[in-house]
Amino acid sequence: MSFVRALKCRECGKEYAARLQAGCEDCFAPLEVDYDYEGVARSLSRRELESRPSSMWKYRELLPLEGEPTVGKASGGTPLVRAERLGRALGLENLYLKNDSVCFPTLSFKDRVTGVAVNKALEFKLEAVGCASTGNLANSVAANAAAAGLPAYILIPDNLEASKVAATAIYGPRLIAVRGNYDDVNRLCSQIADRHPWGFVNVNLRPFYAEGSKTVGFEIAEQLGWRAPDAVVVPMAGGALISKIHKGLGELVRVGLLDSSSTRLYGAQAAGCNPIVDAVRRQTTEIRPVKPNTIAKSLAIGNPADGYYASGFIQQTGGWAEDSSDEEIVAGIRLLAETEGLYTETAGGVSVAAARKLVESGKIKPGDLTVIVITGNGLKTPEAAKLEAPPVIEAKIGAFEDLVKGVAYVA
Amino acid sequence: MSLKVVIPAPLRKFTAGAEIVETEAGQIREVIDRLEERFPGIRNSICEPSGSLRRFINIYVDGEDIRFLSNTETPVRDGAEVAIVPAISGGSRG
Repeated sequence: MSFVRALKCRECGKEYAARLQAGCEDCFAPLEVDYDYEGVARSLSRRELESRPSSMWKYRELLPLEGEPTVGKASGGTPLVRAERLGRALGLENLYLKNDSVCFPTLSFKDRVTGVAVNKALEFKLEAVGCASTGNLANSVAANAAAAGLPAYILIPDNLEASKVAATAIYGPRLIAVRGNYDDVNRLCSQIADRHPWGFVNVNLRPFYAEGSKTVGFEIAEQLGWRAPDAVVVPMAGGALISKIHKGLGELVRVGLLDSSSTRLYGAQAAGCNPIVDAVRRQTTEIRPVKPNTIAKSLAIGNPADGYYASGFIQQTGGWAEDSSDEEIVAGIRLLAETEGLYTETAGGVSVAAARKLVESGKIKPGDLTVIVITGNGLKTPEAAKLEAPPVIEAKIGAFEDLVKGVAYVA
Repeated sequence: MSLKVVIPAPLRKFTAGAEIVETEAGQIREVIDRLEERFPGIRNSICEPSGSLRRFINIYVDGEDIRFLSNTETPVRDGAEVAIVPAISGGSRG
């Protein structure tokens, strides 16, 4: 069933069979899954896709599994929501939200990537899976590994939000907190993957894992009625999601499902961890790593694995990148909740805050068909929004009336 | 000054499979020179022809990325651990 042709080095082009391998043996660059696109074009049509049940697996011809998925069968297929009230607040007339805060099973877009990676680990008959994670990936690997019956080794920085730690521990993985930031954890994972025959989803399973992110792009185009948006605003940590949305839209054109795509990529980071934004501003692809210091812990990767490619694609497509302070991120979370009834984790606040700046600076025009990608659920980081405790009153009608007195009732 | 260099799996073809190599050097540039003397060809995998590190190779001194220090000019003290880690690593076993 697979249309995978090879794993291909992004730099030197050397090809490898589809096996467990992180990077090119010669130049250590990342590997990209390459498909038999003519074969895919012959087997896929808009009508065929529209007839399939809604999940990321409807695009299986452009995903690197050999067989049917065993776990995460309901992942993807998340809503694309028209956002008129948020659009008015930001100055955008054609705004949509791609809402992966309700992705199944763990309420973030990471369910798409681990869906591919854990199923691939089963296909490779690996004895365990693992990951380095800022939280969302840990949740998702732990859940899908549990459903697959695979042991999971999950390494996280020792400063993560308690709710994200709990939402990983519940699935019973070997969960290990490492003193340091994500980049320390990631380096350790690379060294572990060198020694143990396990599949680390974002290390040696990375070429397959990252392909799951393309389905965000596939779904956006199909949900817009087979049209690529003018602008897409995407939060960036390692930079893989924005790069894969770009690849996904390009593939839809290549197999004839889209007539064209000239989507401009707009990346969003926190000011306290902005190495990709910094590269775009300097109009280079050279990443200067940073030490993260931000409430957006899910984006706190100071040495982004795909930063070089993300900054390149952003510039090639005529896009831009913006960063935001912690205060602006919290304001973004609240604005999204208060205008659209959608509660996002910090990364969503980062994207909304960036969108505001991109409109204000004229980088995104009011009439542009714009999609903001919301990648995770607010219930995962309740401490981030810094909400006031509600007033407490006696259970007496007088107390209630006293409290709301002077508040105008608007019909 | 004696220090330990941790060689990642993809570079062990140069070191006859050794994961840990002991050497003496005062800074990272010298570490790479010593490695090249003992394991001819390894430099090409770590550095560009210009001498700068390859984009997808990271080097850590006692856990710190040398890009936060002085890159290849970073001094190394006696007993230090120098880890060469491809940015995206992990062996091929599939």
